[in-house]
Amino acid sequence: MKPNTEVKIGKLTLKNPVITASGTFGYGLEYSQFFDLSLLGAIVIKGLSINPKEGNPPPRIYETPCGMINSIGLQNIGYALFVKEKLPFLKRFDTKIIINFFGENLHEYIELADKLNDTEGVHALEMNVSCPNKNSHWRKMGLIPELLKEAVREVRKVTDKTLIIKLSPQVTDITEMAKICEDEGADAISLINTVPAMVIDIKTRRSVIGNPIGGLSGPAIRPIALRMVWETSKVVKIPIIGIGGITTAEDALQFLIAGAKAVAIGTANFINPISSVEVIKGIENFLISEGIQDINDLIGTVTD
Amino acid sequence: MNKINKLKIIKNQALADGIHLLSLKVSEPLEAKPGQFFILRMNERYDPLLGRPLSIFDLEGEKISFLFRVKGKGTKILSTLTVGEEIQITGPFGKWYPFPHGEFAVIAGGIGIASVFYLIKKFPKKAYLFYGARNLSEILFYEELKDLCKELFIITECGRGEYKGIVTETFREKGLKLNLPIYACGPMVMIKELRKILEENHTHLPCFVAVEERMACGLGACLGCVIETTEGFKRVCTEGPVFKMNELKL
Repeated sequence: MKPNTEVKIGKLTLKNPVITASGTFGYGLEYSQFFDLSLLGAIVIKGLSINPKEGNPPPRIYETPCGMINSIGLQNIGYALFVKEKLPFLKRFDTKIIINFFGENLHEYIELADKLNDTEGVHALEMNVSCPNKNSHWRKMGLIPELLKEAVREVRKVTDKTLIIKLSPQVTDITEMAKICEDEGADAISLINTVPAMVIDIKTRRSVIGNPIGGLSGPAIRPIALRMVWETSKVVKIPIIGIGGITTAEDALQFLIAGAKAVAIGTANFINPISSVEVIKGIENFLISEGIQDINDLIGTVTD
Repeated sequence: MNKINKLKIIKNQALADGIHLLSLKVSEPLEAKPGQFFILRMNERYDPLLGRPLSIFDLEGEKISFLFRVKGKGTKILSTLTVGEEIQITGPFGKWYPFPHGEFAVIAGGIGIASVFYLIKKFPKKAYLFYGARNLSEILFYEELKDLCKELFIITECGRGEYKGIVTETFREKGLKLNLPIYACGPMVMIKELRKILEENHTHLPCFVAVEERMACGLGACLGCVIETTEGFKRVCTEGPVFKMNELKL
């Protein structure tokens, strides 16, 4: 008998706990040439803002040991074009559509969350608390507890859709940030965003990417992400979506056992476009071979 | 044929210092056009993490070939793979060279020949090829090109070819007056020089250039490989790698 792989994240029921991470899966279309997107638990769309954003000057990526650094700069086509050109295609699939979103200031976060709340075909919102505006004090909303508290509270007021907060690992205590999200009414948290990082070309004595700092992702950060998920799952009751270098079913299972209700596949999509499907199959095979009827019986079962 | 394939290596050979030809056995017919590329994954390990994007050098019958220069960790590993091993390739991706109607001019600098060889082969006896390299040992496939081209100009910096100097200078002298559409691939300095020549001579000949940039996904999702164009950032993997010369910001 096929084991149950359904999990609940806020108001959403996912057919399986495997999601594609924001920024690594485009608008879905790019990967639909490789597999049926309906196989996925959910798709998280590339970070969206109200207005289109051009992103950072190239070079934007650099490979590092077991990982990569990127500074794409949240390039996206903006809300209106997304709804007109990308969402209709995504609606054809039997999966959940989660919109990762951000703004230049809190006002834009609220405005976009409000619009997304009324947008048919959008099932949930994932709030990126890494505000890109260098001139706004909201730039630090993911790093300073007081700012995070206010931001989550205000966004929560305008949406009754499932609200997920995607947290940065660049904090003293991730559990404190997670607790704030829970207290302010968030339905779930995503852990972790990329880790700020740098590589220098010793000949030019410049950073190898334009920005010059980027976000480190890939298997290199996986054990850090896993540790943060484990710590956080002991403190909050809301579901955690584990993210960070997950590439295989075994990686994903570690996160589930550590307490994540779901996992998101990120950089692995770049290594192998069908990674997420392989992870889904691998999880199912594990459940069968271990005789586990329901995936929820596995989640959070790590022992100290 | 689906887009992800595991293919067997039938040849992996050093042709010149640091330049390798990798040939794979294609089990089912493969549709790919000159200028397009594949992502080759070196192995199942995570370091290096990403596959390497390589232009189609040649595709004929049951064989696809890639010509590449060993530049870093990834291409180093590619160069050491042995016959019989399997390698995962994904693609083809990207925009191809618009097909020429009649004769055309090609400018290739060094390893840039990797991107234009298949184009020349698809349209035999139609190309005037200006092929430049540092020295004669880096001029590859001379015999084949001699047969395939309408006319072949070999230019080396050391002078041991027909012409001494840089490829764009010979093109300025002999190529411009042909008044043919131009296809080019080579180092950025060559592309910039070609642009200058075209501008100085007020030519409005169509000119198509294949460019490269570091890539992660290769399929348009990560937005990592953008370059600056007159219409903002464009993805080399999807809107490119072949661009019109006049849309590039150099």
